[in-house]
This record gives sequence, structure tokens and C-alpha cells, in this order.
Amino acid sequence: MSNNTVPSNKPVKSTDLHIGEAEPGCKKRDPILVADGVSRTFGGLKAVDVDHVEIPRGAITALIGPNGAGKTTLFNLLTGFDKPDTGSWTFEGRPLSGMPAFKVARMGQVRTFQLTKALGLLTVMDNMLLGAKGQAGENLFRAIFPFFWAKQEEANRVQALDILERFKLDTKKDDYAASLSGGQRKLLEMARALMSEPSLVMLDEPMAGVNPALTQSLLDHILNLKAEGMTVLFVEHDMHMVRHIADWVIVMAEGRVVAEGDPHEVMRNPAVIDAYLGQHHDEDLGEDPAAETERVEAIKELLD
Amino acid sequence: MIDWGAIFSNAAVELISPTTAAYALAALGLAIHFGYTGLLNFGQAGFMALGAYGFAISTLSFGFPVWGAVLVGVGASVVFALVLGIPTLRLRADYLAIVTIAAAEIVRLLFTTNTFQSITGSANGLSGYKGGFAGLNPIPEGRYGFGPFEYNEYDWWLRIVAWSIVALACLFTWQIMRSPWGRVIKGIREDEDAVRALGKNVYSYKMQSLILGGVFGTIAGMIFVLPRAVVPSNYQTSLTFFIYAILLLGGASTILGPVIGSMVFWVLLSFFSGFIARAVEAGWIPFITSIQAGQLRFILVGVAIMLIVIFRPQGIFGNKKELAFVK
Ligand SMILES: Nc1ncnc2c1ncn2[C@@H]1O[C@H](COP(=O)(O)OP(=O)(O)OP(=O)(O)O)[C@@H](O)[C@H]1O
Ligand SMILES: [Mg+2]
Repeated sequence: MSNNTVPSNKPVKSTDLHIGEAEPGCKKRDPILVADGVSRTFGGLKAVDVDHVEIPRGAITALIGPNGAGKTTLFNLLTGFDKPDTGSWTFEGRPLSGMPAFKVARMGQVRTFQLTKALGLLTVMDNMLLGAKGQAGENLFRAIFPFFWAKQEEANRVQALDILERFKLDTKKDDYAASLSGGQRKLLEMARALMSEPSLVMLDEPMAGVNPALTQSLLDHILNLKAEGMTVLFVEHDMHMVRHIADWVIVMAEGRVVAEGDPHEVMRNPAVIDAYLGQHHDEDLGEDPAAETERVEAIKELLD
Repeated sequence: MIDWGAIFSNAAVELISPTTAAYALAALGLAIHFGYTGLLNFGQAGFMALGAYGFAISTLSFGFPVWGAVLVGVGASVVFALVLGIPTLRLRADYLAIVTIAAAEIVRLLFTTNTFQSITGSANGLSGYKGGFAGLNPIPEGRYGFGPFEYNEYDWWLRIVAWSIVALACLFTWQIMRSPWGRVIKGIREDEDAVRALGKNVYSYKMQSLILGGVFGTIAGMIFVLPRAVVPSNYQTSLTFFIYAILLLGGASTILGPVIGSMVFWVLLSFFSGFIARAVEAGWIPFITSIQAGQLRFILVGVAIMLIVIFRPQGIFGNKKELAFVK
């Protein structure tokens, strides 16, 4: 399996991203996103409780952690889809807290969703075009007169086709997005996000449900984003991929950032092993041999 | 012994009647709301009432010219849309449905109550506001037309204006729905969070859609009262449901669907009512009175619409392909 997913040419890793010890909340040389004291509770449950975290610019950062660690909730907060109880954060030096989601996106911080949101009854091409920024024809009065927007539309179409080709979706451009497979929708959602030429792309489990052959090209796409100067923050459970493409890893557990560091180092951090094991501690430890082996496998994978 | 000729020609008359045009326009407004944006507006009758009363009151009580009266109606419906939309469009879709259905009833009851009798005419409604519109008529006095379509100059003027407005509204809607604006609107129908994530101000687009479709309803309300009087009981919730029936009949996210849907609806209604009335007269249906017969036509239209919706669920003009992916 790892032979399928890991390419022969090793991606160039960005190094020397942080200042001082690689510990939770450590300073970065050039952070694009800085969050302080962000917390969010659901009833009695503290889903997110992050003291301080910085995302390094121009690098690929992986956000990992067991199920329910609060990764998606943190994404929602940072992108304006949810309101925190406390906390503030800045993107490219500008404060973002309290800003509605659409303004966050316009500033160049674009996200995808864990549960894919393809716009089913729009064609693949329309999905893509919707992603383009600053469209004159999106104003009701200009929409009436095509000469205001026809040219721009044509340019967007060319750009969309180019991205679709890279994601191998160009043959599907006139199909309804609803007719795509689950993995293809993931690809479409990512491709659509790229239409706005963002500076920070936040991907929530981009590989989930994508077959290994496609995973390979998805990984390449993510690496390409970095090559084009974008910053990538992604949530992922597959450690092979994290190790393969991430320059930096942030580990969350029970809402907190418990570890940070270089992908190879961080896996050896006892806090990380605890986080993943802790998830099962009070469950049927030792009672279910299958689950047990699975857990051992998971830890081995973490450590290797 | 049954005069089939009369039944059919009465039904044919409905094809181009101003009432059919009014329903078509109101349904086109709902197509913008429901079919394209996914907004559940159950208060289209309220928008129509505002058009009817806005036009009639500003003509009768304030002596406004036609264009002024039209502007008052449109202005009232923009305000109405804002009042409905500001608190609800940020919430889940069902809230708009509840609020619109209640607000439309409030509007109707305000026009019905005795308190404002001197202005609204209370339950008797209003009449005598058509002079300004008739005064604009360039057609010389006389009767024109052929067969069942023979009318005097006012009736022709009304039909020409009504259907020209419907045609313009169709062209306008067609144009904006194939523009980037329409793409955002349809995206919102599919998943508004996804559209938000792409940097679009979803709230503003939903508001624009609510206002636009509401204004269509308001103008429809004005057309509706030009061949008759303004009567508050015409604006009950059932009016909204008839318009939804027309919309689903024609195809919810189509341009021509509402127009053809309205024609089919009114032709069927007229056909059944003519048929039943004459059948009762002729003693074909011995066990019902002519009053009951008046209700029976709605039952038959209901059955006819059910049949169409069962055998052509996407509506007359809807795209069959879309149905394959209904969630
Ligand atoms: N809307 C909500 N209402 C109540 N609880 C919620 C809500 N959203 C998330 N939670 C809770 O917050 C915690 C964190 O959830 P979150 O979705 O952020 O986890 P995650 O790290 O993304 O997990 P996964 O890897 O499974 O996607 C979970 O315990 C979840 O039950
Ligand atoms: Mg998640």
C-alpha cells in the first residue's frame, strides 16, 4: 500500500520553520495565521481549547489527532463558520475574529469540508466558476448585461478547465456534480477552492475516500500548491501521507494542541502516543483481540 | 344537450386572461424564491395583496397617477421582504416558511379589519381605481378579436399590458439566471455553506432573491385586480398554495414552467367548472347541488395536477436528469 502512495521522488521539505523548542504553541519564523486563547464548548464539552498556535507561511502543515479531537471545530472557528466562546486570531497580520465566513474566504483563506459539499445540481464547470473571485456578473444589475462579464467569464472558464485537467475532471465538466463519485467530489471541492487563488488553503481530510492511485495525484497537487507559494493546512488521519508531504505537524487531543514539530520527530513524542492511546484507554482494552492488534498496528505506524 | 362548444371556448378564454398572466407572474416570482434559491416563501399571497392594495389605495385615497401607484406597491413589497428576510434569512430554511405564512395572514387581516375601513374598505374591499390605467389605453373604443377571444378596448389593453409584463419578466429572469449572479443563487439552493466558503455573501443574495420574487408577486397582484375589484378574502393562504401548484406543475426551476403551468391550471379549472355546472343542469350528476358543484371543480383540478405530477414529477418543463439526483 505504501508503495502505491509514496512517490519515488522525495518532495522538498521546508525546514527551520519554528523558533526555539518545538513545543505546543511555539513561535514560527513567518506565521501566516496566529491564534490566541481560542475556545469553544458544546454543552459541557470543551471541543476546542487552544492557548496559542501559529501556522507557518509557505509550508504544508498537518493537523492530526484522534476522532473528536476538535480539528474540524477549530477549522470552523478559524474560517468564520462557527463562533468561539473566547479567543482571537489574525491572518496575514489582520484580525479575523468575528468576521463572517464569506469575508474570510475573500481575504484568501479558503477551506474545504470534511463532509464534501459539491453543489449537486450545478455542472462541474459551474461549480468551478463559482469559485472565481471578484466576478462583475455576480452583481444583479450587471448580470443583466452580458458585456459586463462575458470576457471575465471566458477567462475564468479557461482557468477552470486548466485546473480541472490537473485534477483529471475535465471530461466531466458538463456533468452534474451530483453524478460524481465520492472521491471525485473531494477532488472537485479542492479544485473549486483553488479557483479563488487563495493564500491559505485549509483542507479537512482531503484524502478520505479517495483511492490510492488518486491519492498519489492529490498529494502531488498539494505539493504543487506549496510550490506555487500557497500555504496549506490539512487534517489527515493517514500517517504515511502526513509524513510524506507535511513540513510541520500539529497534534490535537481533546481540544488542545498537545504537540508540534517536524513530522518524524513529533511521532515519537510521548504526548502524541498518549493522545492516540488515551482515546481507547477506558474502552475494552484487551477484551477485543482484533481491536487490540489494530491499535498496536496504529502505534507501530506512528513510531516507524 | 351539453354545450361542449361553450365549455371549450370558455376554457380557451383563460389561456390569455389577465388572471392567468397574474398567476404566471406570481409563480415566476416563486420560481426565483423556491426553484432557484431554495427559499420557502409561503407568503406570496401577502406580496400580491400589497400590490393590489398599494395600487388601489394610493390611487383612491391619494390620487396618485398609475406609475406612482405602481411604485407604492413595489416599495411596500420591498419593505415587506426586508422585514421578513432580515430576521429569518440567517436561520434555517423552515423559519422563513413559518414567518412568511404568518406575515401574509397578518397583511390580509390588516386589510380586512374594520379599523381602517375608510382606507381599505374592510371586508368589502375597494373598487373604482382603474380610471388611470384605462386612461392610458391607446386602443380606440370598440370590440375586436375573433371566436371566443372577442373583447372591448379595455380588455385588450389589459391583456396586452399583462402579457407584455409577463414576457419581460421571463426574459429578465432567464437572463439573470444564466449569469454569474444566477450561478450563485443556484449554488445557495444546493448548499449555502459551500457558497459561503467561496466568498459569496449568501445573506445578501438571499435577500435580493426574496425582494425580486416578491416584487414579481406584487406586480402580479396589481394585474390580478385590474379585471376585478380588490377583495381581501382573495389573499388567503390557499392563493399561495395554488401558485405553488402552478409552479410544480410547470417545473420549479424553469422560466416557461410557471407560464404554461398557469395556463394549464386555469384552462383545466374553467373546463371542469363549465363541465360540472352544465352536467348538473342536465341532470347527469343528480346527487349534488350547484353550490357543491362549484367545489367539485377544485377536486378535479387537484386530481389532474396529481396525475401530472405523478407521471411527470419534474413538471412540464423540468429537466428529468435533475430528478435522478434528488436528495
Ligand atoms: N455542533 C456540535 N454540537 C455538539 N458537539 C459538537 C458539535 N461539533 C462538534 N462537536 C463535538 O466536539 C468534538 C470535536 O469534534 P470535531 O468534529 O472538531 O472533531 P474532529 O477532530 O474533526 O474529529 P474527526 O477526526 O472524527 O473528524 C467532538 O466531541 C464532537 O462530538
Ligand atoms: Mg473532523
